[in-house]
Amino acid sequence: MASETKSILLVGVGGQGTILASRILSEGLMTAGFDVKMSEIHGMAQRGGSVSTHVRYGEKVYSPVISPGEADVLVAFEKVEALRWLSYLAPGGRLVVNDTEIYSLPVLLGQAKYPERVEVALAERVREFRLVDAAGIAGRLGNSKAQNVVLLGALVRAMKLESIPWKDVMRGIVPPKLYALNEKAFDAGLDA
Amino acid sequence: MNKRIMTGNEAIARGAWEAGCHVAAAYPGTPSTEILENVALYPEIVSEWSTNEKVAVEVAAGASIAGARALAAMKHVGLNVAADPLFTMGYIGANGGLVIVTADDPGLFSSQNEQDNRWYAPHTKVPMLEPSDSQECKDFAGEAFALSERFDTPVLLRVTTRVCHSKGIVSLGTRSEVPVRPYVRDTAKNVMVPANAKKKHFVVEERLAALKRFSDETPLNRIEWGDRGIGIITSGISYQHAREAFGGGASYLKIGFSHPLPEGKIRAFAALVGKVLVVEENEPYIETTVRALGIPCVGRALLPAVDELSPAILRKAFLDGNTTATAEGPGVGVQVPPRPPVLCPGCTHRGIFYAMSRQKGITATTDIGCYTLGFLPPLEIGDTCICMGAGISAAVGFAKAQKIAGRPGKVFGVLGDSTFFHSGITGLVDSVFNRVPVALVIVDNRITAMTGHQENPGTGRTLMGEETVSLDIETLCRACGVKAGNIATVDPYDLAACEEAVKAASSSEEPFVIISRRPCALLKDVLRERAGLHCTVDMDLCVKCGACLKLACPALSMREGKVVIDANLCNGCGLCLQVCPRKAIRKEGGKDGE
Repeated sequence: MASETKSILLVGVGGQGTILASRILSEGLMTAGFDVKMSEIHGMAQRGGSVSTHVRYGEKVYSPVISPGEADVLVAFEKVEALRWLSYLAPGGRLVVNDTEIYSLPVLLGQAKYPERVEVALAERVREFRLVDAAGIAGRLGNSKAQNVVLLGALVRAMKLESIPWKDVMRGIVPPKLYALNEKAFDAGLDA
Repeated sequence: MNKRIMTGNEAIARGAWEAGCHVAAAYPGTPSTEILENVALYPEIVSEWSTNEKVAVEVAAGASIAGARALAAMKHVGLNVAADPLFTMGYIGANGGLVIVTADDPGLFSSQNEQDNRWYAPHTKVPMLEPSDSQECKDFAGEAFALSERFDTPVLLRVTTRVCHSKGIVSLGTRSEVPVRPYVRDTAKNVMVPANAKKKHFVVEERLAALKRFSDETPLNRIEWGDRGIGIITSGISYQHAREAFGGGASYLKIGFSHPLPEGKIRAFAALVGKVLVVEENEPYIETTVRALGIPCVGRALLPAVDELSPAILRKAFLDGNTTATAEGPGVGVQVPPRPPVLCPGCTHRGIFYAMSRQKGITATTDIGCYTLGFLPPLEIGDTCICMGAGISAAVGFAKAQKIAGRPGKVFGVLGDSTFFHSGITGLVDSVFNRVPVALVIVDNRITAMTGHQENPGTGRTLMGEETVSLDIETLCRACGVKAGNIATVDPYDLAACEEAVKAASSSEEPFVIISRRPCALLKDVLRERAGLHCTVDMDLCVKCGACLKLACPALSMREGKVVIDANLCNGCGLCLQVCPRKAIRKEGGKDGE
């Protein structure tokens, strides 16, 4: 029962677009006939804090919350956030990390240190680990804000969910002038 | 069937709409804010942002007495503000259905306390419903209106952050057009003078007895049989966590109607299962009743009183690792720097706070809003934060105690524009009336910012998008008795003006008000207007003294020994160039005059 439910954890920094990515994700999963629950925490976290969105899907989902050691995929929109949430990854789970560093205020003020070589630490701990230059890819496509959709593409590949008509789903959510950008970003993420 | 994936808040709005709700009122507060934002999308419901939660409940109460179906929504602490009308509406009852949504915050994701508002139901003697997911949010909203009219009572709809902000699939229905009921003047019912209220108290007790019978009969309280060795009594989101953790390995008494509790059903369920577990967050609300019935049970003894629950906590508490799902993920082994919420780049609170931080001997009683974050280093503006309105009233008391103790130093109260309208005006009147020379700083960013930009009485627009009067804060302060010469309005991007105002306030022997006014930097119009504006550092002039870093701006950092301004984050507010002793920072990318 519980083993049939899949868990995807998206983490990042307020303002990075995790919410839009998880919205597309949960709409798409519903279209595919899954029961879906998604839980996000915002509020004070909007002000540059650490944010997380839990997405769970399967035949019947009860709790919307992912427990430590349970995420089939952890998608981190920022490198240090991958470390912060790593204990949520299931043994053998897949890790997708945006190759981006955002310094928090304690780091900017010199009260805390941003760890060096985060990707090495992550690669040592997780076998199924992909570092994606989502911001760079999105920037080359015309707008670095589309990094969230690049990461969505990478996530879809990691979860083998390619059969869902993601582009149709996106068209129901993003404004028409952003169709082309988001579709290119999604494809780039699939192959990143 | 028409299905949509919705948050609990969207589903409550949908449920109210389908149930024919006519009037809705709220004051924004996480996690409840999106209920009214979504209600406002249905033109059939006349909705409003009220000045505060007490006003919202009174607006809904008046609408209900006049015969309309009415809803008021608020966060848990908002119900404290609205407790006064709620208690007496418990006596008056309802004509049109009256539903009060309380959105609690186990885990304190964005609140000043973790109170469990389920206790308000027995305290006010009104029935309570607790949905556990989005579908139930929609369904129970409809049930709540029906029950309110059937039992002539307000109904509490109690949700929590994980219900409000989780999405699930919801089957949609259509709106039932419910006509506004006739209003017949009935003073014995609606005028709560002592003689009438005493008679009504008997009615309330009779109603409670009827509600107890209903609680035992209603399918809102249902048993789901699984393994009978363990029987779990639970409600709200805790039910979902319990189902996740125990699956078919337990039976469940799932309580949707949680006041009054179904004592008969609890007894019957307990008699048919082995061990009884009570699974609930924070307070032992259900457990207290189960124990009072003489039923041995385990709950609080193994579950934490603090923070929200999760399937992992339940597995750890009750299943003792008898499961594969609690295996820990890979360890980190690296020190992870904290990422606390901060004032944004270009935040309009920064300038006045910086000016206050330069003035010696200031104590600041602050309030609820983005500006609460000013208490953090290095600005450190904020010695107390209690509740909405206390930013000014607590300053009055603090100043009195300081005077008695013979301690020097000025007490500044800090609150936002929306907070001032919510409950700051009374505190300001108090300071004038009682001649307490505190300084009040109203950080007026022309919007209710913290909860995501809602209109308020100062913005000139209503929740339904209509233009309206914009209340003038200076005029209000003068009407409260503050002398015109003791009111300074400043632009928080102008540090010299801020510092001058703080000095004047500090030396004033009468109540003084500083209105620090500039629209929130995240407002769409502001973002558009300031697009491209940013500051840069001239490396030849910079001596790396770090004066600019004391502004705590997320766009400014010292990287590899150099002061760097992130042009993507910077909005060109220009505070850093005003504090730079070497004039090493300049503004770029502006239109004429910037």
